[in-house]
Amino acid sequence: MADAVSVMPQAAHPGRTNAQNRRLWFWAFVGPFLAGLLLFVYIPIGWSLYLSFFDARNTVTPTHFVGLGNYAYLLSDELFLSSMGTFVVFAACIVPLTFAFSLGLALLLRRVTFLQAFFRSSFFLPTAVSYVIASMVWRLSFFNGARFGLANTMLRSLGLDPVNWLGGENYWYWFVLVSLRLWLQVGFYMILFIAGLNAIDPQVYEAAAIDGATGFAVFRSITFPLLRGTSVAVAMLLLINAFQAFDEFFNTLNTVGGYPPYARPPLVYLYLISFGGGTQDLGIGSAGTMILTLVILVFSLLQNRVLAIGADR
Amino acid sequence: MLPAMTISRRQLLALGGGAVATATLAACGSNTGRPAATPSASSSSSGGAKPTLAQWYHKYGEDGVEQAVKKWAAEYPDATVNVNWSLASNYSQAVSSALLTANAPDVFEYELGPTLDMIKAGQVADLTDIVGDAKSDFMAPLLERFTWDGKIYGIPQTVDMQLLYYRKSALSKAKQKVPTTLDELATVANAVTTSDMGGFFAGNDGGLGVLANVLIWCAGLDQFSSDNKSATFNAPALYDAVTKYKKLFDSKGMVKSASGDWYEPSAFVNSEAAMQWGGLWDMPKVQESLGDDFGVAPFPSSGGSGKQVVPFGAFGAAVNAKGKSVDAAKAFVKWLWVDQTDKQVAFSNDFGYHIPARTSLFSRADKVASGPGAEAAKLVSELGKVNSILWTPATNEAYAAALTHVVKNGNDPKAEFTAAASKANAELKRING
Repeated sequence: MADAVSVMPQAAHPGRTNAQNRRLWFWAFVGPFLAGLLLFVYIPIGWSLYLSFFDARNTVTPTHFVGLGNYAYLLSDELFLSSMGTFVVFAACIVPLTFAFSLGLALLLRRVTFLQAFFRSSFFLPTAVSYVIASMVWRLSFFNGARFGLANTMLRSLGLDPVNWLGGENYWYWFVLVSLRLWLQVGFYMILFIAGLNAIDPQVYEAAAIDGATGFAVFRSITFPLLRGTSVAVAMLLLINAFQAFDEFFNTLNTVGGYPPYARPPLVYLYLISFGGGTQDLGIGSAGTMILTLVILVFSLLQNRVLAIGADR
Repeated sequence: MLPAMTISRRQLLALGGGAVATATLAACGSNTGRPAATPSASSSSSGGAKPTLAQWYHKYGEDGVEQAVKKWAAEYPDATVNVNWSLASNYSQAVSSALLTANAPDVFEYELGPTLDMIKAGQVADLTDIVGDAKSDFMAPLLERFTWDGKIYGIPQTVDMQLLYYRKSALSKAKQKVPTTLDELATVANAVTTSDMGGFFAGNDGGLGVLANVLIWCAGLDQFSSDNKSATFNAPALYDAVTKYKKLFDSKGMVKSASGDWYEPSAFVNSEAAMQWGGLWDMPKVQESLGDDFGVAPFPSSGGSGKQVVPFGAFGAAVNAKGKSVDAAKAFVKWLWVDQTDKQVAFSNDFGYHIPARTSLFSRADKVASGPGAEAAKLVSELGKVNSILWTPATNEAYAAALTHVVKNGNDPKAEFTAAASKANAELKRING
């Protein structure tokens, strides 16, 4: 190390130069990222906020100021409000299910001593699959409403009637959508839980074993409480992701003829009224995303508050 | 085994109101390529005063269309026209976005002409002067759809339509006539249903998407009043029509899922349904599979003041009002879509079944000069309905939700459609205000 330093050119004021160099390197590394963040995240968000106060149809530089008109329009729009209801149904299914499945898988895999890396990778693999592709497979192959769809073939082999999975009857589409999202994301959260489990000190388990704790008691009294940090993060991420549901809904349910009037989460509904059929209503669309951002923020803060009580001593 | 989804937007023309969300995939087609960005675009600098124009088309399903439009563009003597054959599945959105940038097309086609927002935002040029004397030759309801405040903003290129296909042999075996009323449609659908063949198919959503507006028209109603000031669909005649449709929907005669959707002929030619609501574009395949064993009919009427109806529409050629050479672009559109009638006939007739947008050209398009094609062309002229320019996505969503609630959940039609009408009126106010 000393040699390496000695070959550096000597500066007249080493202290100042070091500080300058550090600043330079700081900006060299952080600058591009920050510029990207500004350009592609913060400016669009700011611009959206600006657009949300205007009648901005087919323009990004609107002149017709409408104040809170777009917000009032959406908040009095029954379909927008019902799309929030759709989100609640989706979140109520997908958040606990993913949570339970990914935690369960993580716990199971921790006990596996044989081919552990293989199993971890296998369960993680769907995370790498595109939502669009997975939706196509679910829609065209597994849950095709025609008789030859995989699910229907199985039902028929059991002597049951085929089901029109995505046709809107009996809420069967929820089964399709939830199973799809579950398959796609469970592996990712499993990895988070595995990381959380690995961070628990093995000595705690040893102490518990000495005290005679086994099975579910260990999970209830040690594993779960010590996983609280991970659990809170996972629950929050799941909720935010559920809010942002768009890809699998749109790709599973939209056809050349249009999107059916059910199973429309907020983003899908906003897309339909803002961009459907070549419309370009950026004012309404922006107001909608601002409302959603606010709701996500409130939900996250509340959730954090509720779940994290007592987490930090 | 899966249905081939080779439908093109031209074939689709979700004329009945499903027009609001036609993209199949969410894939954001980053169609940023202005044709002028292609190598040949540089020719404008070497070609002297000749302007360079960018012309956009969506991808047509039929073979040969791309070559034909590129050949015609190359034939145009007064400008270098670069055709951008857009592969984007969301062509409409790609055009709308491009119009906000410097990479916008000079000339583009758009489903049912440019949107009202494009017109109001001053994005598209007034084409009234280039239509000139040909105005009376274009199909009136279509040109009216492309007109706002007395000015024409799009030139219809070729007409597509939806219609009812029925299998003659299946109907005659069940001793049924072609249905002319909604009640008859339900009767016939149930009468022809056997263990091998279903009755009526109009899409895997039970027809609620494609027939949404058709149910308004078949009840003798219109979407809006003639002065476009209020929604007029919310009437007992609609409740009645939808209730009748619900009866059909709930019966065994309704085929609710099939190997293809309504815009594909699969369900009909595979004997999954004896009757199918489909498009004129299906006719070549239907003819190939069934020979003469099929006929076409309009959608049946409902109630005393009801009317049989066929929805139709067209892609319209529009000019970017903020382009660099608006006059040159208008001159090109006039040349191609007003003056060159041979090319217009070829565009309709040489690549599948379409109807020319100008009545004087009907006789020159041999595919619609006789047989079921001619029958279809007649239906368009006599019973054709075009979706209103004011039927916005928000209105469509509200109406579609009401329709689904009534037909699938059995909700009260009056309450549901009253709510949809109040949304439609709010939209009208927003647009007109």
